Amino acid sequence: MLEELTEKFERVLKKVTGQGRLTEENISETLREIRRVLLDADVNYKVAKQFIEDVKVKALGKEVLTSITPGQLITKIIYDELTRLLGGNGAEIKLNPSGITTIMLIGLQGCGKTTFSAKLARLLKSKKRDVLLVAADVYRPAAVNQLKILGKQIDVPVFSIDDSKDPVKIAEDALEYARQNKLNTVIIDTAGRLHIDEEMMREAAAIKAKVNPTETLFVVDSMTGQDAVNSAKAFHEKVDFDGIVITKLDGDSRGGCVLSIRAVVDRPVKFVSAGEKLDSIEVFYPDRLASRILGKGDIVSLVEKA
Amino acid sequence: SKTRDNLVNKISETISGKAKVDEETLEELEEVLITSDIGSQIAEEIIEKARALFKKESDRSVDNFKKIIKEELEAVLSQAKTNGEIDLSQKPYVIVIIGVNGSGKTTSVGKLAYNFKRSGLKVKIGSADTFRAAANDQLEIWANKAGVDIISTNTKEPSAVAFDTIKAAQKDGTDIVIIDTAGRLHTQKNLMDELNKIHRVINNLLPYAPNEILMVLDGTAGQNAVRQVEEFEKYTKPTGIIITKLDGTAKGGVIFRIISEKKIPVKYIGVGEGIEDLQDFSPKEFIEAMFGN
Ligand SMILES: Nc1nc2c(ncn2[C@@H]2O[C@H](COP(=O)(O)OP(=O)(O)OP(=O)(O)O)[C@@H](O)[C@H]2O)c(=O)[nH]1
Ligand SMILES: Nc1nc2c(ncn2[C@@H]2O[C@H](COP(=O)(O)OP(=O)(O)OP(=O)(O)O)[C@@H](O)[C@H]2O)c(=O)[nH]1
Ligand SMILES: [Mg+2]
Ligand SMILES: [Mg+2]
Repeated sequence: MLEELTEKFERVLKKVTGQGRLTEENISETLREIRRVLLDADVNYKVAKQFIEDVKVKALGKEVLTSITPGQLITKIIYDELTRLLGGNGAEIKLNPSGITTIMLIGLQGCGKTTFSAKLARLLKSKKRDVLLVAADVYRPAAVNQLKILGKQIDVPVFSIDDSKDPVKIAEDALEYARQNKLNTVIIDTAGRLHIDEEMMREAAAIKAKVNPTETLFVVDSMTGQDAVNSAKAFHEKVDFDGIVITKLDGDSRGGCVLSIRAVVDRPVKFVSAGEKLDSIEVFYPDRLASRILGKGDIVSLVEKA
Repeated sequence: SKTRDNLVNKISETISGKAKVDEETLEELEEVLITSDIGSQIAEEIIEKARALFKKESDRSVDNFKKIIKEELEAVLSQAKTNGEIDLSQKPYVIVIIGVNGSGKTTSVGKLAYNFKRSGLKVKIGSADTFRAAANDQLEIWANKAGVDIISTNTKEPSAVAFDTIKAAQKDGTDIVIIDTAGRLHTQKNLMDELNKIHRVINNLLPYAPNEILMVLDGTAGQNAVRQVEEFEKYTKPTGIIITKLDGTAKGGVIFRIISEKKIPVKYIGVGEGIEDLQDFSPKEFIEAMFGN
């Protein structure tokens, strides 16, 4: 696919050879092609537009060396720019050196919060932390039970108040429980909510205000389309978060939504979830997602030549 | 629904207030289409077509351009037939629900069961998600809310649950059987094979069934939804689509590609987490609503 893309660029860039430089004229068609690739990968319309502008600025005047083709050159420019935009500082999870580390998970319905909270619990437990999972979703049918079952699978206690409809209180009590039982890590699973649901967004903000988490993570389904910018922006404004978790990357979605989100919210991607099994949790590699957005394939060999 | 209104307002805002259709308007319109997840190709095609048609028009008003775009969008949606009557001459009528993880299958099963029950039919749900933690409990809660029977043989294979549900339905004269399945990504071949097996088991019991295979798509999903349909098709061919979560700001425009490329109709839309938040999909209405009429 990537080779295909480069070939496509080669075709439209034929005329560059002999001219020696990338110019506005000889790359305009290529830029249109890139735009199409990005949109097909679900990069937001505006974000794609800006990206093309930036790439254009970076590409203009670049000399085409004899060792590489113009197609390879432009592929490298795009790939590097994508990798740069997808990456970011502080991708490590923050831990509270003194006292309890609290991690709160937020996001839209069905994005993978509950599953991810168990994955994170398992990971931190393997790093010798004493973890407590907190069932703060009081709405979704059987949400508490789901977390209990997952907790049992990884042998991590799950805090819940079975007849409570008050997530703020549940979170608060869970922290107290952790203190009393000398558990140093608390992971709070919250209900899925729409970013335009004012009441539910206020609730998430209230939980956050009450427990003051060390980390709040925004969980996003990698299959999300154009609307990712709207939900990410709203969650950022109304609740605020420290990092992003991308789920369901075991599918074949291109994951362009990550670029969109990174463009509107300056927060790093901290984890990747790629499977339903509780050990499918990975660190995030911006370069891998960059080649995925451009279409799966071996970009490395291409780029190394450039 | 909110989704419709959003789209409507956006398109109306884009078009109105401009005396004639200039490049800027076209670009804004393209943005509206693409940010609806309609896909770059369809967006380009529709705008190009509308532009060509508009050139020949003597009425140069933005309203007229709007009308042409609307007709083009309608033409896409009319490529697949929507809801027919449910044929109960052979009972039970069997519906299988499929789709990727977390798209809203189980919730949609609850809503559907409730709808059928309300129209006086006897419904039975089969819980063939033996995989996801508490899937069974979740569906049981929905069955209770809807006031319908549920067959959930938790430890068994999914196809065995489908078998048991149909057997039970035959015994007590159930009109409609709805089988909920586990979410799966099409990249997981063994899980996809399982879908095919469920299909075979049902078909062995009832040569006319399943009557419907409804694929549930997350309304916030992007272009990958088309791939999902394409890949699921290889194992069990969807006869209709339910598109969920349209109560947010996502537009669900990917259905244009699914209808145009796959000719699979959209049958219902999900507009919330409540039991009544399922609506019939009407292409006409959808387009009318897009333009605020
Ligand atoms: N294939 C795959 N499935 C996943 C992944 N993460 C979660 N899932 C599945 O996605 C579905 C939804 O996951 P949940 O963890 O329940 O999502 P949630 O965000 O808690 O959902 P709500 O609480 O309803 O908002 C389940 O079927 C999970 O097994 C992943 O990385 N890959
Ligand atoms: N806002 C909104 N949420 C919905 C809608 N339909 C389902 N949901 C929510 O989406 C989440 C996932 O729904 P489920 O019905 O569990 O999805 P599923 O496809 O059965 O998930 P798996 O079985 O894990 O693959 C839940 O939190 C539902 O409440 C809808 O139309 N609108
Ligand atoms: Mg959950
Ligand atoms: Mg389900």
